[in-house]
Order: sequence, then structure tokens, then C-alpha cells
Amino acid sequence: MVQPVEGLVGETFRMPIEEGKVLEFIESLGLSSWTSPYVPPTFLISAFFWERRVTGADVKEAVAFDPARSVHAEQCFEFFGAPPRIGQTLSVQNRVDRIYTKTNRRGAELTFVDIITDYRDETGDRVATSTLRAIELPKDTP
Amino acid sequence: MNLWALAAGEAIPHSWELGPITRSDCVRYQGASGDFEPIHHDEPFALSAGYDAPLIIGMYPAGAVSAWMATLWGVESVRETTIRWTGQVWPGDSLRAQAVIDEVEPAVRWLAITLSNQEGQEVLRLRMRLVQTSAESAISPS
Repeated sequence: MVQPVEGLVGETFRMPIEEGKVLEFIESLGLSSWTSPYVPPTFLISAFFWERRVTGADVKEAVAFDPARSVHAEQCFEFFGAPPRIGQTLSVQNRVDRIYTKTNRRGAELTFVDIITDYRDETGDRVATSTLRAIELPKDTP
Repeated sequence: MNLWALAAGEAIPHSWELGPITRSDCVRYQGASGDFEPIHHDEPFALSAGYDAPLIIGMYPAGAVSAWMATLWGVESVRETTIRWTGQVWPGDSLRAQAVIDEVEPAVRWLAITLSNQEGQEVLRLRMRLVQTSAESAISPS
């Protein structure tokens, strides 16, 4: 059951962009090579690895989704310039931006949660933002 | 071919396929991304949640198609990637991409990409924004 934690801001955590992690990610996507110093479009999702290392960084824990009936519905990554590059260390912070409900055609109530993550470079400039939208389905699904 | 010369509505003349997708593909992506949601690899958990098999993690095909698109256009030109999942992907599925130029602005292109399975059912939609950087543009010296 989603908890009423709209507005919750997580602890900041660091995310070094490492060559090995980028290549592991690229390989897992089925690409054999990656000659760019910049990360692939969805790489920042791997912030999960660093987030786990700081207590209070993962706001999803406080939302307390039921994993058996919550779905990842939308995801957006925006870069405010060239994508992050190997060698940078980003400062990352999550926040629960919105929690709201919608009723589907069958009259069941769906709970939407938008989590926004900001990524800042060594000088404090925001270089990227990602938005995760998850939906918790009613108890009688799927 | 110069992709920047394509007009709005034109298809991107490259083909892309992924699959048949295996449980191993899914596990490798989950390891690389750090998202260990059990519904995507733990068969008993997926069955107890009412599914017939582990659901393939949606960020895997989304990451793969967006990384491929980034390599076509230049990784440094990517500014925004928005993913919306519209159907489920199962072990054994094969996906195919259709990509078109959605909007043309000066030095900016919006792409609309859809992925469909072997039965022609759409499973996800992506929208990407690319900007023309000096690396891609040999023309218009300032």
C-alpha cells in the first residue's frame, strides 16, 4: 500500500560514472562496443547501485509499493547539455514529487507516484533529471 | 545517410530487432542496472503474483533501443528520452522498432519510436530529443 509521503526528499548520494559500469550496462543491452565517453540515454537508472549505500536516499522504500501489483509505467531522462560522461562524479537526490489517484474504466482506483531525481555535477550545476512514474494497481489485479 | 536531412513524418531508414529475449538477457540487464525487482527473474514469485512467467524488465528493451538510436545520431546529441510502456514483454518475445521523425526544429529533432512484438502488438513508445552539436554539423561555420 502506497504511503502518503508526497514531498519527501531523500538523502543526497554520490554516483561516480565509471567506465566498467558503463561497459557492463552497454553489454547488457546487447551492444558490442561503445566508443563514446558519454553514457547511454538510460544509464542514470543505475544510480540504484549507489543509492543503496546511503540510508534514506531511496525514497521508494518510504513509498512502500507492493511489488506484486505495482508497475513502472513511464520513465524520462533529460540532460541539460551533453550527457554525463565517464570520469564525472554526480551528486544525486530523489524526491517524491506527486502521489495521486485515477479511476480506471472498471471503477478501480489506481495510485500514481512520480519520483523525480536530480543529478548535479562537481560544481553543483544540475546536469540531468529523471522522472519515474509508477502505478500501484488495485488488490484484485493482475 | 544524413539523418538530420530527414523531414517530419519520415521513417528512419534503419532496422532494429531484439530477441528472442531470454531470462538470461533479463538477469544480465538487472545486474547491470541494479534493479533487482523479483517479478523479472524469480519464477515462483512471478507465478504467485498471477503471471505465467517472469515479466521481462521494461527498461531492458527501452535501454537497448535508445542506446542504438544514440549511436546512429551521435551519443552526445541526446537530450531527452521518455519511455511509456504500453504492453508486457515475456521470455521468448522478439521486438522490432519503428522510428520516425516526429518534429523538426532548428538543430533539434524529436523522434517517435515504437516497439512491437512478434504478433505486432505495441509494447512501448519512446520519444527522444536530439540536438545537433558541432560534432555532427560540418556546415554553418559561425
